[in-house]
Amino acid sequence: MSRIILATENLRKYYPVTSGLLSRHVADVKAVDGISLGIMEGETLGLVGESGCGKSTLGRAMLRLEEPTAGRVLYKGENILDRDRKGMKELRKEMQMIFQDPQSSLDPRMTVGDSIGEALLVHGVSHEHERGERVEALLKQVGLEPGHAARYPHEFSGGQKQRIGIARALAVNPKIIVADEPVSALDVSVQAQIINLLMDLQRELDLAFLFIAHDLAVIGHVASRIAVMYLGRIVELADRTQLLEHPLHPYTEALLSAVSVPDPHQKRKRILLEGDVPSPVAPPPGCHFHTRCFKATEACRGEEPELKPVGPGHLIACHLYKK
Amino acid sequence: MDNTILRVNHLKTNFYTSYGEVRAVDDISFSLRKGEILCLVGESGCGKTTVALSVLRLLDSPPGKILGGEILFSGEDLLRCSVDRLRQIRGNKIAMIFQDPQSSLNPVLTIGDQIEEPLKLHLRLNHKEAMVRTANLMAQVGIPMAREHLRDYPHQFSGGMKQRVMIAAALSCNPEILIADEPTTALDTTVKAQILEIFQDIKQKTSMSILFITHDLGTVAGIADRIVVMYGGKIVEAGTTLDIFDQPGHPYTRGLLNCLPSVSTSKDRLISIQGTIPSLINPPGGCIFHPRCESRMPVCKEVSPKESLISGEHIVACHLYEQERIA
Repeated sequence: MSRIILATENLRKYYPVTSGLLSRHVADVKAVDGISLGIMEGETLGLVGESGCGKSTLGRAMLRLEEPTAGRVLYKGENILDRDRKGMKELRKEMQMIFQDPQSSLDPRMTVGDSIGEALLVHGVSHEHERGERVEALLKQVGLEPGHAARYPHEFSGGQKQRIGIARALAVNPKIIVADEPVSALDVSVQAQIINLLMDLQRELDLAFLFIAHDLAVIGHVASRIAVMYLGRIVELADRTQLLEHPLHPYTEALLSAVSVPDPHQKRKRILLEGDVPSPVAPPPGCHFHTRCFKATEACRGEEPELKPVGPGHLIACHLYKK
Repeated sequence: MDNTILRVNHLKTNFYTSYGEVRAVDDISFSLRKGEILCLVGESGCGKTTVALSVLRLLDSPPGKILGGEILFSGEDLLRCSVDRLRQIRGNKIAMIFQDPQSSLNPVLTIGDQIEEPLKLHLRLNHKEAMVRTANLMAQVGIPMAREHLRDYPHQFSGGMKQRVMIAAALSCNPEILIADEPTTALDTTVKAQILEIFQDIKQKTSMSILFITHDLGTVAGIADRIVVMYGGKIVEAGTTLDIFDQPGHPYTRGLLNCLPSVSTSKDRLISIQGTIPSLINPPGGCIFHPRCESRMPVCKEVSPKESLISGEHIVACHLYEQERIA
């Protein structure tokens, strides 16, 4: 039975909105609004949602790259928000991040070897020779040549840069990696290579992933469980097959039906949602989704639905499924 | 009989950069028929946007330069007509929609003004007529309470709404051809579905021809009548939607279709195409795809393949099929 490696309890991250000369606090952007979920050792939890739903903020807050406003983040049962700077640095070896844009996450004036080596240096591998060997091994592991260590980021293509970003995250032997849209900036032919690489590494190193993406097809391919996020909240969380084959939340249904399938024979009925995602500064009262929901009732406008189990491992926040 | 409305013949477009000469579009020919949606598909840097910009001569020059070919719009060569004549055609007979609605709308003009502009310019409508027509257009592309939004500015609109405004402006003069360059790429999944629905609607209700440029094969499968696949500035395959999806001929097309993750498949490894997209400054000799191709033969390194017709109107540019023809 696998254990939970990283979990959140009622996690909140609000960004203040200020206005006027005295920067009066007028409102909050509720980017993450009370989220509780757990990632098991060695699993991939997919987090899917549209832009502005708070999925990146959640990923960053789980690594304490953003200081949460409230709630707890538990790493192997310990609340990491209680740790001081030094204690946090100790822990960062175990939890790493892969960013969306490999271009802007690599220093253009450092060689690739130095960029990857820096992570080792910070975490105490100070012998230069040892670092060099480790960097070469890492480059090989992500499918690059050991000789690439002496080159600069601009000499690499987008896919290769993403491989470097992955090598850097792997340098310190992490147990969990938050991958924030790691393939969405890449062309499809290269995207497949990176997805395969991440899945291979997971098997070899027994890594846990929080895989954040807006593309349900990508998430559906890599994840074992999927969480769907809408305006700062999780609306549905289930096992991959369960979620893709029997989505229960109307938002998940719509999202799934909007995925364009590369098969001209498959003419599906699209569920067209009306309008756009509302602003997270003033989300609609009650269920955040009720303004666009095709099954909304009076109850949805007033009362906020809780995330509750409807079956084994299947959680949903919707009034339709209240017993 | 011939219902071709736009014919591109042997188009060649280069960019002259400080790194060298980039052969962005290298001898491309295709035609667009009346009332169809033709999808131009390819990955970044394959030259698909350059084709679109070349059609309306919208390339910045320098660095871009159209070196040769013909672009025949109802028999008239757009590469050789006067600038005045071109101005009568742009936005009137051939309209264009870009990927990023944010940067294609003028932030200091109201939405209404920007949709009205082509109506006044090309159709010579007065302000009142133009306003009525604008409100109708906005309603047609699904902007709720259109009349009240005429005086809004672009920043008051969301990304999806801005793209609707762009489509309304492009449709304003009832163009014969609509060129849409990645119109859904910058949008969220649910909003993208809404915008694609508008294109379907245009196709059903008008006889407009649409040249739809995208990298997303999922989108293509849903809307295209015919498909042109580009790689490294060349056309590698062209055919009807069913030709391309059911019997892809070129190894690149097959690779592209194989490497897509899908919500319905099991969790197998994706079959990826090895290597990366080549630089067009120093493109590989022979067939430009040969360094990444799994079926490459000695001849592929030496000779650039010619187009072979493999069935109906299904064309593949690959030595595999040239050999078949000789044998």
